[in-house]
Amino acid sequence: MTPRTRRRIRRLADRTALGLSVAVLLAPCLFVFFWMVSLSVKYDIDNTAWPPVFWPEQMTFENFKKVFEESPMFLYFWNSVQVTGSATLVSLLLGVPAGYGIAKAKANRMAGVLLLSRMTPGLSYLIPLFTLFQIIGLIGTVWPIALTHLVITLPIVVWIMIGFFETQPHELEEAARIDGATLWQAFRYVALPLARPGIVVGAILSFITSWNNFIFGAVFAGRTTRTMPVAVYNMLTFESFAWGPLAAAAIVVMLPVILLTIVIQKEIVQGLSTGGVK
Amino acid sequence: MVDVSMAEAGAGPVPQKGVEGERRLRPYLLFIWPALIVCSAVIIFPWLFTVWMSLHDFRIGSPMTFIGLDNYKDLATNRRFLESIGHTFYFTVLSVALPMVLGTLAALVFHKKFWGRGFFRTLFIMPMMATPVAVSLIWTMMFHPQLGVLNYLLSLVGLPPSQWVYAPGTVIPSLVLVEVWLWTPFCMIIVLGGLASLPSEPYEAALIDGASQWQMFWKITYPLVAPFLVVALIIRTIDALKAFETIWVICNGGPGTASETINVYLYNQAFAYNQVGTASAVVVVFFAIIVALSLILLWARQKAAWT
Repeated sequence: MTPRTRRRIRRLADRTALGLSVAVLLAPCLFVFFWMVSLSVKYDIDNTAWPPVFWPEQMTFENFKKVFEESPMFLYFWNSVQVTGSATLVSLLLGVPAGYGIAKAKANRMAGVLLLSRMTPGLSYLIPLFTLFQIIGLIGTVWPIALTHLVITLPIVVWIMIGFFETQPHELEEAARIDGATLWQAFRYVALPLARPGIVVGAILSFITSWNNFIFGAVFAGRTTRTMPVAVYNMLTFESFAWGPLAAAAIVVMLPVILLTIVIQKEIVQGLSTGGVK
Repeated sequence: MVDVSMAEAGAGPVPQKGVEGERRLRPYLLFIWPALIVCSAVIIFPWLFTVWMSLHDFRIGSPMTFIGLDNYKDLATNRRFLESIGHTFYFTVLSVALPMVLGTLAALVFHKKFWGRGFFRTLFIMPMMATPVAVSLIWTMMFHPQLGVLNYLLSLVGLPPSQWVYAPGTVIPSLVLVEVWLWTPFCMIIVLGGLASLPSEPYEAALIDGASQWQMFWKITYPLVAPFLVVALIIRTIDALKAFETIWVICNGGPGTASETINVYLYNQAFAYNQVGTASAVVVVFFAIIVALSLILLWARQKAAWT
């Protein structure tokens, strides 16, 4: 064997190993998503068959129709949009300047508050707030849910923004300051426009986390104020054996989030990995 | 998290208390105040209220009486609560260790350049973005002992069927499986960020000196990526301790109380039995456990950095 063929064989082996490891890593992820889709497009007779049916002979969209017919999905969708939208918006309004301030002043102790808020179990906010909202009479609207979502979305936005503003060169703002801009103007007209990509990442991550959140909604939501995850969970308890509609509902809930992830996947990876160590 | 990184990054002066630090901070306080006020309103008020309630015998709908530390004393002898601590640790150790190991391996793979890397990486991070409740629902159906697809997959490779979440002995490992599926991508992303920040010089030098791949990994990659691993470790530990959705949706803490973690016990006390006083005491103990564990990890990290 000449050294050259040996090298070639070695490279081929390396490549095969890499390909195999990618396949092994992705298999569980792909399988669960595949199975979800599969359950959602099969008739119940196929879903409860043994051995399980992987490729149905007959596909159906009945399950999706059922989800929308048997529960006010559009109402729940609107609830989720209101909660997630307002929580994200407020988080941006408060969190972007805070991230800027912390990054510029290097006030890392303040950022410790963020870690503390992550450590606090979600339920510990719920008992007192639940009692408080009952006294004020806010139970039965979506606003308590939106307010509690701030607890998770605000730290995310601040966290991402600190990471972003720390890497931003500060020469431009200094130039603006020398030209007589106030601190606020330097932020508003110089730093903020430059930070747009970071704001997008923060907004989307905050949106996703809030959309996916279950526990706050589970405690605060009444019949008409359920968010999507809560609505789907309730379907589970009432129709545990209708697998088709359940899987269809699962898809409906996560579809917006999956789409968002695809749109900004690159930025998410960057935002999370740089924010991660900050 | 900032605290975690600044010391080791060595970038920029670590802020000192005193005149210098304060002068730099003051003009920026206006930017930070609004968020800080909201944060403390939403965090500190519940905290004070929780501690106060934990000192009372309080059920929703009946008058509250001050009982001092009795709630805590009851917890110390409450078998169900003590068992839930055991479940929590069992669950946490597994669902921290496995995603960390798998996530690191995945990061090493995705750090290599190959065709379609971006696409495959997107696929790989999908689980952590997917709605946990919906994911748990799918897994519940997959775990079904008679009709579930997982037992069918086991039979394909010649393994006997498992009871999965329907037997006390297998419920926690089965739940960990879901947790691993959901959060391995998170560990991968953090470690990947670490790998991306590695300088190339040490590797070039090592290559010239004839180091093996294995040596390069342990002597260069591992020490440089270690701070990132610790960040992932701390966040993952906190999140695993607090895990709720998967356990609650898939098996409700059952069968019996076999998978009742502290968080699930807490939920039951507060919202199923309306025992707000007891639940508040559980919150205080639970938070103490989380903070203690995080501090141990942070401390271990600093110790490791100095040796």
